[in-house]
Amino acid sequence: MDVFIQQVINALTLGGLYALIALGYTMVYGVIQLINFAHGEFFAAGGYIGVLLLGVMGGMGYMETHPWLCLSISLVLTMAYCAFLAMGVERIAYKPLRKQTRLAALISALGMSIFLSNGMMLARGPLDQPYPLQYSSGGFEFGLITINNLQIVIWVLTAVLLVGLNILVFKTRIGMAMRATAQDKVMSSLVAISANKIIALTFAIGAGLAAAAGIMVGLYYGSVRYDMGFVPGIKAFAAAVLGGIGNITGAMIGGFIIGTVEVFGAAYISGEYKDVFAFIILIAVLYFKPTGIMGENIDDTRV
Amino acid sequence: MAASPILEINNVHASYGNIKALKGISLKVMEGEIVSIIGANGAGKSTALMCICGIVPVSEGDVRYQGASILQTAAEKLPIMGLCQVPEGRRIFPRLSVKENLILGAFYRRDNDEIDNDIERVFSYFPVLKERFDQHGGTLSGGEQQMLAIGRALMSRPKLLLLDEPSLGLAPMIVQRIFEIIEEVNKKDGVTVLLVEQNANLALQSSVRGYVLETGSVTMEDDAELLLNNQEIRKAYLGE
Repeated sequence: MDVFIQQVINALTLGGLYALIALGYTMVYGVIQLINFAHGEFFAAGGYIGVLLLGVMGGMGYMETHPWLCLSISLVLTMAYCAFLAMGVERIAYKPLRKQTRLAALISALGMSIFLSNGMMLARGPLDQPYPLQYSSGGFEFGLITINNLQIVIWVLTAVLLVGLNILVFKTRIGMAMRATAQDKVMSSLVAISANKIIALTFAIGAGLAAAAGIMVGLYYGSVRYDMGFVPGIKAFAAAVLGGIGNITGAMIGGFIIGTVEVFGAAYISGEYKDVFAFIILIAVLYFKPTGIMGENIDDTRV
Repeated sequence: MAASPILEINNVHASYGNIKALKGISLKVMEGEIVSIIGANGAGKSTALMCICGIVPVSEGDVRYQGASILQTAAEKLPIMGLCQVPEGRRIFPRLSVKENLILGAFYRRDNDEIDNDIERVFSYFPVLKERFDQHGGTLSGGEQQMLAIGRALMSRPKLLLLDEPSLGLAPMIVQRIFEIIEEVNKKDGVTVLLVEQNANLALQSSVRGYVLETGSVTMEDDAELLLNNQEIRKAYLGE
């Protein structure tokens, strides 16, 4: 029983991170019907910029005195940086191809993915970049179950971001405009909505969420690597497909399901097959219900 | 009638790939008028409206709104200038509520109190929309969707309203009601209207002037009354 509860805690943590990444895939798909294969790289870039900023602040001595303030500042700056990075990528790699076939943009996305991850390797070398370990110390213990501070931080931050995104998309004018653009671009331009601005905003939000996940993964696992975006990126993509690609609530649910399956699969079936479970789900969904959990009929929460 | 043209189209050409949809059409709409473009399916009527709104590119010729060329103006800027279209097929945002559809009609506006007043004004034209306020646009009937589409356009406080086939697929009673409201909006709010219709009889009865479009060219233009009494028009478009 203790093991089970511990796994639930781990699953919630990992699932939240997948959900944050999956949202970027699903939002971009919802608005321009593109699978942004470079999205995993925004997540990795988040991890990279985060470790860089924490390092700089550590060098100035602030990490000992104000560790949580340093983390908050790094988080905000990293999310902003990745948001701009994503807008740049959209401008350079996708916007010129918007009128072309969908395949052209897809190939451009794959190219961008390789370009970005290699760029990170060239900038910082191929080795792991260690994250400061001080945040994961401390926490609660109930018998054999432990919840460390970092997990609580991840839960709270994930919850804040997910709720914030829901408010933005479903309660504000700009969210209304995003949903309108996803549904009919010509008509939205006839009501004075700039599709270009909405598309840029969508990329920015998705990348910002992924960047937050990148920092948290770095803290959680203790390091980041230039190619860390690939596998979690594809798993988050599986989560988005499982939830029904284009559907925001679906991506959140899908993220938690993939996280849960992975953690429990690793604990009760085999740790070696940890990475396989997400892809089994992806294949099963594509085979049996390609529209995903929230796809087609239950379309209230599509972008 | 005020004398200055609010809209002027000079020798406009447009094509989809190799197919020429417009072969140099010219027309003029004066402030305060209701003008209709009539013509058969595929004559280029909708293309003409989409060219005016900057959605379909103009390959040759000029579109002037309030005296200035708008060919270089981005489509999404035109509603802010008071040029607004209710496109063919109404294009309601299907998964947005009626409320959200109306609010988006006023997307560029920041005067929230006035927006609320305008929603009430739309309700006074189309009371049924009030009952449907929180329903998804896609769940409305065709007539309700047309009402919502016109209501959404009115939310932008247009000076010139382009209407593409407002009667399409609707029951005669509802069509009657919609044309009454178009005339009311024109008279009471001073909105100039350019109307595209296959239902020539109805369109010409509401209009001051009319243009006949055939395979991408304007073949006739006159006062609406004269067109209504023209033998050829009666034969070709009024089914006599």
